[in-house]
Amino acid sequence: MIPSPVATLSAVTHRYGGTAALDDITLDVPAGCMAGLIGPDGVGKSTLLALLAGVRRLQTGDLRVLNGDVRDRRHLRACNHRIAYMPQGLGRNLYPTLSVTENLDFFGRLFAQPQAERAARIADLLRATGLDPFPDRPAGKLSGGMKQKLSLCSALIHDPDLLILDEPTTGVDPLSRQQFWELIDRIRRQRPEMSVIVATAYMEEAERFDWLAAMSDGKVIATGCPAQILEQSNQPTLEAAFIAMLPEDERRGHSEVVVPPRQDLGGPPAIQAKALTRKFGDFVAVDRVNFEIERGEIFGFLGSNGCGKTTTMKMLTGLLPASSGEALLFGETLDARDMRTRQRVGYMSQSFSLYSELTVRQNLDLHAELYQLPIAKRAGRVTEMMETFDLVDVTEVRPDALPLGIRQRLQLAVAMIHSPEVLILDEPTSGVDPVARDAFWQHLIALSRNDGVTIFVSTHFMNEAQRCDRISLMHAGRVLSVGTPAEIAASKGTENLNEAFVSYLEDAAEADAPTGKPKVPTLPSKAQTGDRARSRGGLARMWAFARRETMEILRDRLRLTFAFLGPVILMLTFGYGISFDVTDLPYAVLDQDQTTESRTLLEAFSGSRYFEELAPATSATELAARLRDAEIAIAIEIPPDFGRDLLGGKTPEVRAAVDAAMPFRAETTRGYLLGLAQSYMADQIERTSGEGVDTGAADIETRFRYNQAFKSVVAMVPSVIMLMLVLIPSMMAAMGVVREKETGSIANFRSTPVTRAEFLLGKQLPYVVIAMLSFVTLLMVAYGVFNVPIKGSGLTLVIGTFLYVLATTGFGVLVSTFTKTQVAATFATAIIAIIPAVNFSGLLVPVSSLSGSGQMIGLSFPSGWYQQISVGTFTKDLGFAELWQNHLALAGFAVFFVVVSILALSKQEP
Amino acid sequence: MRQWLSNIYRLGLKELRSLRADPVLLFLIAYVFSFAVYAVATGAKLEVINASVAYVDLDRSDLSGRIVGAILPPEFDTPQEIAASDVNRVMNDGSYVFVLSFPPRFEADVIAGLQPSLQLNVDATAMVQAGNGSVFLQEIIATEITKFVAGDDTSSTLPINLIVTAQFNPNLQSTWFSSVMQVINNVTILAILLTGAALIREREHGTIEHLLVMPVTPSEIMLAKIWANGLAIIVAAVLSLWLVVQGILGVPIAGSLTLFVTGTVLYLVSVTGLGILLATFTTSMSQFGLLALPVLVVMNLLSGSTTPMESIPGWLQTVMQIAPSTHFVSFSQAILYRGAGLQTVWPDMLVMIGLGGVFFTIALLRFRQTMSA
Repeated sequence: MIPSPVATLSAVTHRYGGTAALDDITLDVPAGCMAGLIGPDGVGKSTLLALLAGVRRLQTGDLRVLNGDVRDRRHLRACNHRIAYMPQGLGRNLYPTLSVTENLDFFGRLFAQPQAERAARIADLLRATGLDPFPDRPAGKLSGGMKQKLSLCSALIHDPDLLILDEPTTGVDPLSRQQFWELIDRIRRQRPEMSVIVATAYMEEAERFDWLAAMSDGKVIATGCPAQILEQSNQPTLEAAFIAMLPEDERRGHSEVVVPPRQDLGGPPAIQAKALTRKFGDFVAVDRVNFEIERGEIFGFLGSNGCGKTTTMKMLTGLLPASSGEALLFGETLDARDMRTRQRVGYMSQSFSLYSELTVRQNLDLHAELYQLPIAKRAGRVTEMMETFDLVDVTEVRPDALPLGIRQRLQLAVAMIHSPEVLILDEPTSGVDPVARDAFWQHLIALSRNDGVTIFVSTHFMNEAQRCDRISLMHAGRVLSVGTPAEIAASKGTENLNEAFVSYLEDAAEADAPTGKPKVPTLPSKAQTGDRARSRGGLARMWAFARRETMEILRDRLRLTFAFLGPVILMLTFGYGISFDVTDLPYAVLDQDQTTESRTLLEAFSGSRYFEELAPATSATELAARLRDAEIAIAIEIPPDFGRDLLGGKTPEVRAAVDAAMPFRAETTRGYLLGLAQSYMADQIERTSGEGVDTGAADIETRFRYNQAFKSVVAMVPSVIMLMLVLIPSMMAAMGVVREKETGSIANFRSTPVTRAEFLLGKQLPYVVIAMLSFVTLLMVAYGVFNVPIKGSGLTLVIGTFLYVLATTGFGVLVSTFTKTQVAATFATAIIAIIPAVNFSGLLVPVSSLSGSGQMIGLSFPSGWYQQISVGTFTKDLGFAELWQNHLALAGFAVFFVVVSILALSKQEP
Repeated sequence: MRQWLSNIYRLGLKELRSLRADPVLLFLIAYVFSFAVYAVATGAKLEVINASVAYVDLDRSDLSGRIVGAILPPEFDTPQEIAASDVNRVMNDGSYVFVLSFPPRFEADVIAGLQPSLQLNVDATAMVQAGNGSVFLQEIIATEITKFVAGDDTSSTLPINLIVTAQFNPNLQSTWFSSVMQVINNVTILAILLTGAALIREREHGTIEHLLVMPVTPSEIMLAKIWANGLAIIVAAVLSLWLVVQGILGVPIAGSLTLFVTGTVLYLVSVTGLGILLATFTTSMSQFGLLALPVLVVMNLLSGSTTPMESIPGWLQTVMQIAPSTHFVSFSQAILYRGAGLQTVWPDMLVMIGLGGVFFTIALLRFRQTMSA
């Protein structure tokens, strides 16, 4: 009986910009079996899987998955409960700071599983995958193979009916790979109705699948079981069959990789490691490693994930200093600072490390320049590299738009551009399709045999290891064995290298932790979980995100410290620092009269606490110069004959020039001067006429309300709270969504039943709590340090603050949904928030005195509204009766920001 | 040495390309140097302008009318009469900063020499306007009363005539001040964020590791970031001064623009160095954002570009000397407003160079440390 297909595609086309990733595909994927997608990089495998998983929006054509149309929203939501999706990339959907158990617990919560069920499932899955010895290890510290197992666990936690795996074993060592597939097989035996769709670059893996679809250039070129495909193409292996099936132009240039024998080039070894050791704290990553690599040799470096290969390579490039031992390059001790050494070595790191914002050509140009290629040769070499590595068609494309295989070719081209004598390549072919890998190896062999380049390469592909002159096996920081591939295979008495390798690793693992074969998990049957997950759980899912976000913040001590300490430091600085009292104004006098009368006038100034007298000037030019140099703020000029004119009643003129570079200060200064002059004149009149002038006809009783002592701090403290509760919470919340976009864990939001509102509110909640705690610390500082108590209604303030931080964190989340990178989100938040909060919210200038547009800006941001609540309750004895409109406005902002964020975030990728 | 310069040049070009490829950043740079400068310069004014005044007149006399009539724009809005019972309410909700209350029989008591009290309520939470505004109001009231008592013209009886002139900004327009200071504040914000982010981005993407296996030194990487981001900012800042500050806002610039640009270059070196230094203390963009915010706010608000430097307590003034912004603000004020020359501003320039060197050196040391960890 042929079961009905798990997925049916008819005329599905998907475009990115102008290029079609999927081109009119019509295909039935059988249910209840292992279905594989094979094909070179960039043929649309990942796009197809993303469409099936519902994380990408279908553009044209029809797609039915699990007997429903994916365009039907209700069916799509139901699919979220039944499909598990594991995106490409080692542990890309995991949270690196969370432990193994915590990661799984999070996924369990996303499917609203109760505590007991989660615990049971996690225990089962960990046992089944052999992760049970490390339940508390952070996911970021797991090896690649363990990450993929954990990722699989998280996909299996809700018993999916359809499991979609996008290159799950790319970059994983052979033993872990074998264990991974065994695990899948066991789970399938237990749940035979489950369908699995896998994309893979390993053809030997594809051979064990039940059904295959070979893709090329956005089209399906063959389907059927592996045997059928072999038969159709008349080839012995799937790898060969695949290459044979490719259209002519893609196959062109491909030929069997042949390794000619190596000639001894003599001279000292190109690379020598002598008891090379590297420790990170207590952890010994590389333990007394010894090897010698001859010139022109291709030396393969094999080992399980996390065994220290990368660390060893980094020591050989000088990126990491060795803790002890020595690395020699051409017989000389490696000196990381020696620029000539760097000219001789080319390095390609495991992850893509070129500039994604530069085009292919610009990347090559930059490296040619930095490696100091002679200008005359530069352009030629860049062209040569582009031709050699088949990059001519993509010269003006940015790397992030290219498939992995082409990016790896670019990386190799970059590492080769300066014709180094030694090439250190860290898993250069990880994730690269067979054709491209072969082409890549042709280059390596040519380099070694024709140019005498020494190549030190790590790989997980055994057919690649087979091509090396010698290989070394590494495990847990130690080299287990070095020799030619044949010697290594012989040493274990196995037929091929793969078996030898697995055997070595198993022996080593046995020695580390003697455990039996993992047991088959006994998962709760489907009927037990069933529809329950669907009926409950909006709150549970939101809580799952909130809980996870909180754990991540708690683990990031630096961020937590900044979040609480930053506001306190700022409040202290502002409380002490911002003051509008103008005192001690420096002034100088040019007294051209030098009489008793002029001195009496000057005494009026020198006696004031507002002024500070500096040495008198001798000329008008000097006085002007000193004013310009900002040495003095006021220049006073008394004319000749001042005394005579005064006594003669001629009203002499006295000139005072005020430095008005800062208008506020000048205005205050002018007020002081006029006040002094008035009192001086009153004295003068009294003295000359003998009777007091009646300036005291009325008494002006000035009452500084709300702040009797007229201290800046009383006015500043409530405003600083306003400022801090917008800047810090919005900045923290702004990272929430965009960080997931950058790391790729956003896929969990797209592929699980969590809704947009649950996701965003869950992310926002922890920051609201942090902001409220921060508010409490600020209150304590206000009261304890500055003695500024709350005069009005405390409850009004607390509720207002709560609404305010809802709004400000909502603003952060909004920024986060609109930006693509954390850098952009940081900028946007800082710049958009600082300007209205500092200038238009009443911090410095009362809102009632802002100009029309200033008031508009102030009122269209939450800060202005909260400032009145803060100031009103701290200083003015106000409560809800007077401030309810402000509360309403803040609540409005909060709702508005959240709603717009929800609308702006799409559940499916376009 | 030639190689060193050449590498710095090449890497800097790369920075500029990265910047060009990021439309969000370009938009934000354009925004802060155009609209934001304009909005702050015209919207928020520290001078007493449009201050809101209300009065309660229980006297309704000639004198009270004269006093109210003398309270004039632009310093004050036309005073509004309110009922005595409303005083608390209007002050509480912040609709008026000043409320003047004339008691009954005010004029009669003045004439009788009984020295009646005139109450001026000031909302002292609005610090900036409350201080100067109340001085102005007292002056206006005193003058009106004196005139009234002396039978108007009193000027002939005054013994001296004090003429106060405002130098460098004769009409005390705060737009002159706040526009230029806003440009300076934005230079600070962008310089720190751009360079810091550029370093963190390289670290997060693993590209820095890639650079370090090439014949490139950390000092080259850092200096490249400094010149490239600095160049972008200086171009934007000078354009902003020309087009927005001089052009649209019509603010005259007194001194030499060349000297100002030279100083800005020095400032950028020091403050971008600070940006890199801050970046070496953090491992992720979210940490960097949280660390940079307080630094930015302190550097902008306490540098003398917002409140007078003299008003800051002495110890804090001393602390603020290590902030390059303090020196740059005093440098800029000297050149742009007072038309000062090199002989005046060289000490500030020297300090900026020194601070830049210190930040850069510490950043370099930390850079090596953090890379090998």
